[in-house]
Amino acid sequence: MHVRGHTPGAGCSTADACLPARAGIGFKPVHFTDLMGDPHPPAFIEVHAENYMGAGGAPHHMLSVLRERLPLSLHGVGLSLGGAGPLDPVHLARLATLVARYRPAAFSEHLAWSTHDGRFFNDLLPLRYDAASLARVCRHVDQVQERLGLRMLLENPSTYLAFAHGTYSEPEFIAAIVQRTGCGLLLDVNNVHVSCHNHRHDPDAYLQAMPLHAVHEIHLAGHARDAGSDGEALLIDDHGAPVDEAVWALFQSVLARTGPVPTLIEWDTHVPSYDLLREQATRAQASIDAAACAKAAA
Amino acid sequence: MSAHDCVQSSLAAALRAPALPVAGGDFAHGGGEAKRRMAVHRNTFIVSLVDALADAFPVSQALVGEPFFRAMARERVLADPPRSPVLTDYARGMPDFIAAFAPAARVPYLADVARIEALRIQAYHAADATPLPHAAYHALLASPSSLHRTRAVLHPACAWFRSPHAACTLWEAHQDLSRPSDAALEDVDATRAEDTLVVRPGLDVVVQCLPAGALELLDALRDGLTLGHAFQQARHAVPLLDDGALFAVLVVHGLVVALDPLPEP
Repeated sequence: MHVRGHTPGAGCSTADACLPARAGIGFKPVHFTDLMGDPHPPAFIEVHAENYMGAGGAPHHMLSVLRERLPLSLHGVGLSLGGAGPLDPVHLARLATLVARYRPAAFSEHLAWSTHDGRFFNDLLPLRYDAASLARVCRHVDQVQERLGLRMLLENPSTYLAFAHGTYSEPEFIAAIVQRTGCGLLLDVNNVHVSCHNHRHDPDAYLQAMPLHAVHEIHLAGHARDAGSDGEALLIDDHGAPVDEAVWALFQSVLARTGPVPTLIEWDTHVPSYDLLREQATRAQASIDAAACAKAAA
Repeated sequence: MSAHDCVQSSLAAALRAPALPVAGGDFAHGGGEAKRRMAVHRNTFIVSLVDALADAFPVSQALVGEPFFRAMARERVLADPPRSPVLTDYARGMPDFIAAFAPAARVPYLADVARIEALRIQAYHAADATPLPHAAYHALLASPSSLHRTRAVLHPACAWFRSPHAACTLWEAHQDLSRPSDAALEDVDATRAEDTLVVRPGLDVVVQCLPAGALELLDALRDGLTLGHAFQQARHAVPLLDDGALFAVLVVHGLVVALDPLPEP
């Protein structure tokens, strides 16, 4: 599909609005009162689309009130873009309803599959990076952009398994999708760290090969470490801890290449206090500010 | 089917059957390492869904204890994974699973307590509607004959059911405690049949044990009978009906959102 050009890093995904190139947080209902009472709220919020697919009630009440105050990023976790089967038209319709209702500044989904033969596994499962799956993902991304009437952002995955017969590296595969579909990139820096660690790749080389010009949003999150019996630790993307120091460092090196980008702190399990979440966002904001100054000085 | 579909099919099958070996040739890792990495996905699939069910059914979990509930939830996740990424839909099927789960038969009221918890989730996410203002009831009662010519449109966020057990009282006994497992159930006669209403007139979900006849009244209203005929039907089922108490159920819980007068004959 034809997509109009956007300024890299400006966070524009839909025709209506852009995410500010500042720090935001993943919204949890338990933080509603704290967020509403915060005199310096984060620059935007992100929600999982699947939690707002009921007809009414408190979830929509909260989201409507927040949407009046803050830009919104809508993040899908169940579309199964990489799935062997066709996209679920019912789920696409639910997403279209949400997009029409809340007019989010961004919509993103994952490079993964989660549904097979009509069963949903509530996990982001890995793709083999070959020509057949590239064609399929591109077809699905086109379909989403067409149906929702926006330029979607595709998120790079955390992976554990590596396939024996892949023909593309992950950055090559993602670059090809971006090039063919015109979608933007949601660069999850924690996922870069986790995957590169798990597959013994160099994160700098990985980033070098990524289409960073298409980054419109960044995710930062915590991960867990599974020590393993032979001492070879696996990192597990569980969104259940503060952002790791190694991920903060990688974030800065990304910003040095992209300039300021809308950046989200994700924390989905063992949800922390609002203050702790806010603290992480403040730290992300400081890095974004430093990147803006460096850009101005250059 | 392309080779790639086979990879996804084999991964999906391996997720559902933890005893199944993963197809080693598909992966760049050796057997033991592939198994370990596959376990990350199995763990996410099973544990995230068991956690979601445990969060959705705190009272059911308290009734049988966490280890039993989680083992039961795991059986369901493996036997019947969600059919939709909207997980509130998955909670809806849990009471029926419990009712058919043989090891839970020793707690005969468990499925019906779970039914209350599932209905609460449905009501929480159901469509919004504004309950009928009290003045509308006053106008209606000012001319009682109009009751036989007026149907009631019920709130979209309400449901009710009859249990052969004291499901409502058992559920209530677990509320407002620091831990649901602290509930004192010694004085509850679990064998007493009860009718339960779950409704969300505003943003908060209410669970209410219904007085005799209310279930028949609500069934009749849902089936499109006029208010007058619905009360008659309730009176037929419960001869010593307390009309006032039943009317109060409708008014207090905002169960009616509109009146639908039949055309004059």
